[in-house]
Amino acid sequence: MSLVKVLSQRPIADQLFSITIESPSDLRKGYEPGQFLHFRITDSFDFTLRRPLSICKVDLKKRQITVVYRASGEGTRRLSRLLPGEQVDVIGPLGHGFPMHDEDQHAILIGGGIGVPPMVELGRQLRNRQMKITSVVGFASKRQAILLDELAEFGDVIVLSQDGSIGEEGLVTDALTEALCADASRFYACGPTPMLKAVKETMQIHNVPGYLSLEERMGCGIGICVGCVHPIERDQKVTNRKTCKEGPVFLAQEVVFS
Amino acid sequence: MSRLTHVDLRVPFLHKMLKNPVMPASGCFSFGEEMRQFYDLNLLGAIVVKATTLDERQGNPTPRIAETPAGMLNAIGLQNPGVQAVLAHELPRLKDFRTLPVIVNVAGTAIEDYVEVVKALNSSEVVSMLELNISCPNVKCGGIQFGTDPMMASEMVKAIKAVSHFPVIVKLSPNVTDIVSMALAVEEAGADAISLINTLIGMQIDLEKRRPLLANGIGGLSGPAVKPVAVRMVYEVSQKVHVPVIGIGGIRTGEDAIEFLMAGASAVQVGTANFTDPYACPTIIEQMEAWCKEHGVAKVEQLIGAAWRK
Repeated sequence: MSLVKVLSQRPIADQLFSITIESPSDLRKGYEPGQFLHFRITDSFDFTLRRPLSICKVDLKKRQITVVYRASGEGTRRLSRLLPGEQVDVIGPLGHGFPMHDEDQHAILIGGGIGVPPMVELGRQLRNRQMKITSVVGFASKRQAILLDELAEFGDVIVLSQDGSIGEEGLVTDALTEALCADASRFYACGPTPMLKAVKETMQIHNVPGYLSLEERMGCGIGICVGCVHPIERDQKVTNRKTCKEGPVFLAQEVVFS
Repeated sequence: MSRLTHVDLRVPFLHKMLKNPVMPASGCFSFGEEMRQFYDLNLLGAIVVKATTLDERQGNPTPRIAETPAGMLNAIGLQNPGVQAVLAHELPRLKDFRTLPVIVNVAGTAIEDYVEVVKALNSSEVVSMLELNISCPNVKCGGIQFGTDPMMASEMVKAIKAVSHFPVIVKLSPNVTDIVSMALAVEEAGADAISLINTLIGMQIDLEKRRPLLANGIGGLSGPAVKPVAVRMVYEVSQKVHVPVIGIGGIRTGEDAIEFLMAGASAVQVGTANFTDPYACPTIIEQMEAWCKEHGVAKVEQLIGAAWRK
């Protein structure tokens, strides 16, 4: 656990905030894109649970870390009112992030809504490995669109929205065409569960391997409450595995959807 | 009152001397492995591991967790790898903590299951006590059924006492009309100690989906919100039974723990606070010590039952 200083915070879209904090000391031991930080809302126990927010950008030199989150509930709204100079209690980085493969040539990053932020740090690290990167991101509407400039630094960005107010009207799977996937080595996806299910099925058809970062309601974030499980199939056996500790990133082929 | 320099935090419990009265509550500590990275578990008064059943259980579908005002609901559904896996993989890792009693929480859906789990645990050199979970609200059959009917609770405790090599703590449900009669029933059946309370049954509705938020519908309410209920039950039960009582329910600070001791608890368990702050248990122990120093209490044991009717 670290008490770290808030360096800046600003709204970047409807209900969406970007907060930059000092790196927690544990970050210096190493981190992976796709891991999360567990934010305590206040120092009282009125908010019982922390909020898991995925790493969006890391600046090791400046010892800063940025996360982007949606302030949709009472706790995250409270978090959105933190001012520069105030302190926040953060555990992490926690969980297992996205594995990267040096032999890959072309990675497709797929983000839906608040699943887009981890793609930024992942894109930066994959670009450092000289990989071709295509981002496919979907939002409910233009008012929720985020991080497009950041992703554009790594390669093509295909944008979709459910109401057609930005990019093409449709879902991310509409853009995952055979042509796009033809030379793809791997995909990485984060977003709501119905999107992940559709992405898994589509990429299976195109025969592209990849990873899904799962979304389950978390309790402790450290593996003790067993609240955030998802069915995972390994060796022909389906087991409920903790997304906080063993995930949130799993091999797409292992993830079982009902 | 003079400020003390040393406080004796030890409390006697079932023929052991606990180095302090603080232990984690079952289900809020897993099997200890995850918590080791945060602090030295030897700081604790005892270790209580997750509910263990005869066979592996996958638990309930998700969502299993919901935050509530000053608390949370859970409906985990006793997910655990089963007693044989617990004996083979989980308990041996706790050998490093020889100075602590290791308490295994035993759960099931029928008396025969509980008996089989206890028989299997009898062979363990790591275990020193059992906690009988007859109060889980989140499994369809068993669990809380035993915890809400004094006759069934009594039958269960007798069956377990007949086979157990270890002292048996019985964990009671607050979801009863008369907690004292439940406590007296399990004491008469042979319980060596009583722990209370397990969670209160609750529900939260997802307004967008117009249905209960938890996939299981109902869940167990825990956290600071339940503390006054727990304190009242510990206060009532501890004055009627002769066996020691462990107080559980929303403890998050040293003062909360001391409140439970004054209400009549010989030790306390810390549950939900571990989720808010993984360092909750060692912090509470430090705060208890500081409170005692501040208030000139040389031995924490002296506080047990201090608030009873005089």
